[in-house]
Amino acid sequence: MAFLQLTNIQKSFGPVQVVHNFDMGIDKGEFVSFLGPSGCGKTTILRMIAGFETPSGGTIFIDGKDQGALKPNQRNIGMVFQAYALFPNMNVHDNVAFGLKVAGDSKPEIDKRVKQMLGLIKLEHLADRFPYQLSGGQQQRVALARALAVKPQVLLLDEPLSALDAKIRVSLREEIRQIQQQLGITTVFVTHDQEEALSISDRIVVMNAGRADQIGTPFEIYNTPATRFVASFVGTLNIIEGKVADPAIGAVTIGGQQISLSEPITGAKGGDSISLALRPEAGSIAEGARGDTALPGKVVSRSFLGSVIRTKLRVGEDIISFDMFNDPGMIPPVAGESVTLRFAAKDLLVIRE
Amino acid sequence: MKARRLGAWIAIAIGASYFIVPLLGTLEFSLRMRRDAYSFDAYRSVFSDFQFRETFGYSMMMAVLTIIFGMLLVVPTAYWVRLRLPQVRPIIEFITLLPLVIPAIVIVFGYLRLYNSSSILPLTGSTSGTNMLLMFSYMTLSLPYMYRAVDTAMRAIDVRTLTEAAESLGARWPTILFRCIFPNVMSGVLSGAFITFAIVMGEFTMAALLNRPAFGPYLQLVGANKAYEPSALAVIAFAITWLSMGLLQLVSRFQKSAPAKA
Repeated sequence: MAFLQLTNIQKSFGPVQVVHNFDMGIDKGEFVSFLGPSGCGKTTILRMIAGFETPSGGTIFIDGKDQGALKPNQRNIGMVFQAYALFPNMNVHDNVAFGLKVAGDSKPEIDKRVKQMLGLIKLEHLADRFPYQLSGGQQQRVALARALAVKPQVLLLDEPLSALDAKIRVSLREEIRQIQQQLGITTVFVTHDQEEALSISDRIVVMNAGRADQIGTPFEIYNTPATRFVASFVGTLNIIEGKVADPAIGAVTIGGQQISLSEPITGAKGGDSISLALRPEAGSIAEGARGDTALPGKVVSRSFLGSVIRTKLRVGEDIISFDMFNDPGMIPPVAGESVTLRFAAKDLLVIRE
Repeated sequence: MKARRLGAWIAIAIGASYFIVPLLGTLEFSLRMRRDAYSFDAYRSVFSDFQFRETFGYSMMMAVLTIIFGMLLVVPTAYWVRLRLPQVRPIIEFITLLPLVIPAIVIVFGYLRLYNSSSILPLTGSTSGTNMLLMFSYMTLSLPYMYRAVDTAMRAIDVRTLTEAAESLGARWPTILFRCIFPNVMSGVLSGAFITFAIVMGEFTMAALLNRPAFGPYLQLVGANKAYEPSALAVIAFAITWLSMGLLQLVSRFQKSAPAKA
């Protein structure tokens, strides 16, 4: 059994089932992100681990102990909320000390631990400030220190970066990851931001309508999405509709042109419709571009995104986007220009529904 | 534009005069006890009256008790409704508004029928029982103001998330309520307390019909028998109300905690 074991977890609110038979084991010290759109059930699972929601079915074990009968204040869990949730009547020191006081620790112990925690988040100099005197990023760091002060078995982070501006978000997520690795604490992180999840997680759970569509490392999730939903939710992806020509050799027809996939297509017969996915960064129209597959098309539009230029091509009935690095010496294609898109057949992924 | 502004100022001046002129008249009359000279004789007479001290002290004590017990009733109720029973909020709001639409005399007659000496709970059968009944009736009267003041203060903080944060840190209900929630709704609690204080100090109907020596019936008694002292008492009563209102403003202005957050 894993350190944090969720078995057959279900949750219904009235007639609406928001979590369907969710199973997962999270190892000690692992950082797992729950990624998905609003209403997919990711926060509900987090709240069930914390004890704020009671599962309609299934069990939650932490370090071999069933959490079912335990109230939230009896579970050894630290939680950080999107809205910071610092106590407005207490200063930074008292906020961090709160859980330790509740636990009945002595004053010297509390002071030592608070100092240690404030050192961890580099805010020792703000110990006397009240929450309203801190920026959003500082408040969230204090909330993190407060959650960690009680030495929880599991740290739960409920979209802790959503209320912050872009720059702070990036620096704070790196800080969270660094602290998590330093303490080796098992962490569950809920987010709807794919970049956040990809950048700091050991594993990602992509949630869709109350189910885990895929559980895997960021690399697996990005490069081999298991379903169309995962493919479309994580990163930008071209979904290309084709027809199976010969499943045994992986031949498919796209825009009237036959190409070969790197593997045979299982569970399909000739003439079946098939959805294929191609990441924008996998294709190129540059002279001498490498790739065993070529598709001719016409440039529809291009947009400048800073470090890359995203160009849209019409190939048959499909519109395919591809990215090229912004090279000032290169002349980008113009709308209406005929080009050949090259890519490796292994980069084309067959998408399950 | 200027004419409209002038009109607004005239309207304000008329409105203000409607309230201020009678008060100035009362104040001026209360100072004329000594013939041909202004003096504080009426105030001296009031303050030296044993009954004044007794009734004022009694009402003060009742006000303090009403505030304490009112808070113990209202704060947990408002908290619980906000946290766990948001669907019963309209019902609670309706109940708390009832004392505004049901006249005090109707309420007190209801009390006398329910709690008379031959009833199951004969509160009027003893002095302490009647005092308790009077305090509960004051709690009822102050409920519309007290509940709203506390509920508004709770709206300014994220009660649910603060509760969950405290719970996740191991806190139990009493700790959450008294260390995390109560201090953050203190401005509302104090606002409700000052309004309650002002209501209790001037209340007549309940105290008179329950036959308790409160400040309201004393005001009426003096008003019926003396000339200058009633004006002095009216000014004192107004001063108490204003003091309460001033403190209320002060508390809401100098609140230490964070600004309201949605």
